[in-house]
Amino acid sequence: MTKHEHIVSYKTIITVWLLLLVLTGVTVGASRIDLGALNIWVALGIAATKSSLVISIFMHMKYESPVFKLFLLIALSVLAIFVGLTLIDVLYR
Amino acid sequence: MSEHHKDYTGAKLGMWFFLFTELMLFGGLFILYAVYLKRYPKEFVTAGDQLSVVLGTTNTLVLLTSSFFVAMSITALQRGDKKFSLRLIGGTIAFAGVFLIIKYFEWTAKFHHGVYPGSPHMKEIAPGESIFFSLYFITTGLHGIHVIIGALVLAWAMLGVKTGKVNGKDWILLENAGLYWHLVDLIWIYVFALYYLVL
Amino acid sequence: MANATTHTPANRGFLEKSGRYGGIFSWIFSTDHKRIGLLYFWCIVAFFLIGSLLGALIRLELFAPGRTIMGAQTYNAAFTLHGVIMIFLFIIPSVPAAFGNMILPLQLGARDVSFPRLNLFSWWLYVIGAAMAVTALFTGGGPPDTGWTFYVPYSVGTTANVSLAAIAVFILGFSSILTGLNFITTIHRLRTKGLGWGRLPLFVWTLYATAWIQLLATPILGITVVLLFVERVLGTGLFDPSLGGDPIMFQHLFWIYSHPAVYIMVLPAMGVISEIIPVFARKPAFGYKAMVISSLAIAFAGSLVWAHHMYTSGMSDTAVMIFSLLTFLVAIPSAIKVFNWLATMYKGSILLDPPMLYALSFILLFSIGGLTGLVLGSAATDVSVHDTHFVVGHFHYTMFGGTGMAFFGAMHYWLPKIYGRMYNKKIATIAWVTIFVGINVVYMSMMVVGVQGMPRRYYDYLPEFTALNRVSTCGAWVLVTGLLMMFVNIFYGTFRGKSVGSNPWGGATLEWTVSSPPPPENFEEEPVVTHGPYDFKKAGVV
Repeated sequence: MTKHEHIVSYKTIITVWLLLLVLTGVTVGASRIDLGALNIWVALGIAATKSSLVISIFMHMKYESPVFKLFLLIALSVLAIFVGLTLIDVLYR
Repeated sequence: MSEHHKDYTGAKLGMWFFLFTELMLFGGLFILYAVYLKRYPKEFVTAGDQLSVVLGTTNTLVLLTSSFFVAMSITALQRGDKKFSLRLIGGTIAFAGVFLIIKYFEWTAKFHHGVYPGSPHMKEIAPGESIFFSLYFITTGLHGIHVIIGALVLAWAMLGVKTGKVNGKDWILLENAGLYWHLVDLIWIYVFALYYLVL
Repeated sequence: MANATTHTPANRGFLEKSGRYGGIFSWIFSTDHKRIGLLYFWCIVAFFLIGSLLGALIRLELFAPGRTIMGAQTYNAAFTLHGVIMIFLFIIPSVPAAFGNMILPLQLGARDVSFPRLNLFSWWLYVIGAAMAVTALFTGGGPPDTGWTFYVPYSVGTTANVSLAAIAVFILGFSSILTGLNFITTIHRLRTKGLGWGRLPLFVWTLYATAWIQLLATPILGITVVLLFVERVLGTGLFDPSLGGDPIMFQHLFWIYSHPAVYIMVLPAMGVISEIIPVFARKPAFGYKAMVISSLAIAFAGSLVWAHHMYTSGMSDTAVMIFSLLTFLVAIPSAIKVFNWLATMYKGSILLDPPMLYALSFILLFSIGGLTGLVLGSAATDVSVHDTHFVVGHFHYTMFGGTGMAFFGAMHYWLPKIYGRMYNKKIATIAWVTIFVGINVVYMSMMVVGVQGMPRRYYDYLPEFTALNRVSTCGAWVLVTGLLMMFVNIFYGTFRGKSVGSNPWGGATLEWTVSSPPPPENFEEEPVVTHGPYDFKKAGVV
């Protein structure tokens, strides 16, 4: 393997793990408060935070070249477009 | 085949592409979830309340921790600590087992209440609720299959580490197995939020 | 080892290569991209012949109203199989899997694709999927009769063996995904020295754009057929209104893949045309950058238009308007391509060899297909011709007149490279004329009868449609004659034809610098690219 590969330290990984546990607690707590339609967005927001932690640190995305990041962005945007355009039909039916 | 220069970036890129297809595979189910949540907001809440938040949260913690183990095992291997790395991968696979056992109890409890796809009970409850449960079973079922595949891939990587084929200089197999396992975790983060925490 | 410059008939290149296995096993377990490409090629040709036979039988049945040669249920099975075979076993893998595999690494100056074993695995998935699709005909409740679109609720209720066919489609989908994954990685990682993004042959660019669609859209088809399977086996009710489901959601999921799939089919075909035209016009491709951008734009915009198949399904009017608008946007990059091909030929010294004839007919037939597509893309006109033979005529112009012609063009262009032997050009030209006439007679009369109101997929029709249906069926006979002539000529040329040198057409891309057939490892030394893909002067071929 090439020498410039980044080695993620134990400390970073442990910190991220603890953060993920805390965020899980927060999302469960938030779901017990009735915020109406906001609930789903809070849950999704926290899920997005958790997943970006997993992707950037656990999956080393933070240390990859920009092309990896661009491709991830493309994949996520395409999924968002598929959901969005489907909703154009369903929301206005 | 003659010896070619091994292309690690290429291998990792290929793995990421595969993860994208997995994402889109689940994406189809998330599209359906979005559409039906829009149509049946109340029924989704009623049905979602019948899922056990305790078991769901436990499983979330189990998967997050297993993901943590994989991430650690790669660092351990890179630092030359083969024994620690092996233990961590073993821990991940064990946690995959724990996850599946909890899932098994959740599913059978639902079955006992007559909640399973195509059951007579599902035809009696409100349409939105049966849709919720159908989606729940298909999504968690597909996810469960991915947990099993992920554990098998990790076992393969573990064997590689044991025999020394995967080592501190050539860890791409473990890295890719880890990427796959993290995807399983990522999907679960959303399944947990959308199915267990819907209110 | 083969030498790039001294080609002798005794030099059989990669065809000679003896690996670990002998005989057929040296093919079906080979990880050589050229061998895998040929495996795909021969399977695809076989399925094309079966699909064409089914198509000819359908036309024969429609020769007269009422029963002609088959019963109604057999007719339903025949058009379903014709669709499934032609779409999933022929067109989707046709250009990318067969010619992409053979040519892509050569054009990149690479020894092979990034993941050769995965490549072989893709082919095996294709064969397994194909075998399951064929098995579905003879097992369970009879051959599938839903049409290739598998629409619910009929596909859930029918007793025919849809379940096995659905799983077959799932497997074929993954074969396609893995090929795409392999190609993108290869294009990113294995370009040889000097081959920057601005010097990639246009065929490579279209394969790249296609691979992205394969990667991001095909999984949606995967989950759709899995849901159909689960629906049939367990009765989940996700698409069943009586249980709260929505059948239109099946159509959404199905077309989220299946419309971009149209571009999986046609983009690589456009790539083939973009290779052939500069070579036979002896001029660099006009507007290289515009061609590249239009390929990527087609791939992107093509992913946004799926619901134009659903104007009459009962989805919202807002969605109809938005999807109609988006559909018109796709016409722009397609038109850019057509104009650029024409501009490439302008003032060129055009050689009318068989590959060029196919390329020229592609432009005409694809333009007819594309322009009639606008009639369907506009919601108001679509409502009146929806589900008529007009639609059938339209997509056969794009798929057969487009991708089919490009596939034949690629065959005439690259098989001499791969086998090192030339077919008879005179017979190839006669076959081309016959096919061209046949296609127009068959599908133009279909479009006319469709505008008159004849619905598609119906077993019987009103007597006033008889005349045009007869014309169409007669055209089918002409078409079949032309196809047989072409294939016999190609087969004969492949195995018995005269040896050709490394560069029979005077191409400037890398595949023409190695011997024909290419050596097992493609290049003796890593080639260095010093000029653009269509710079014939610097390549020293004119």
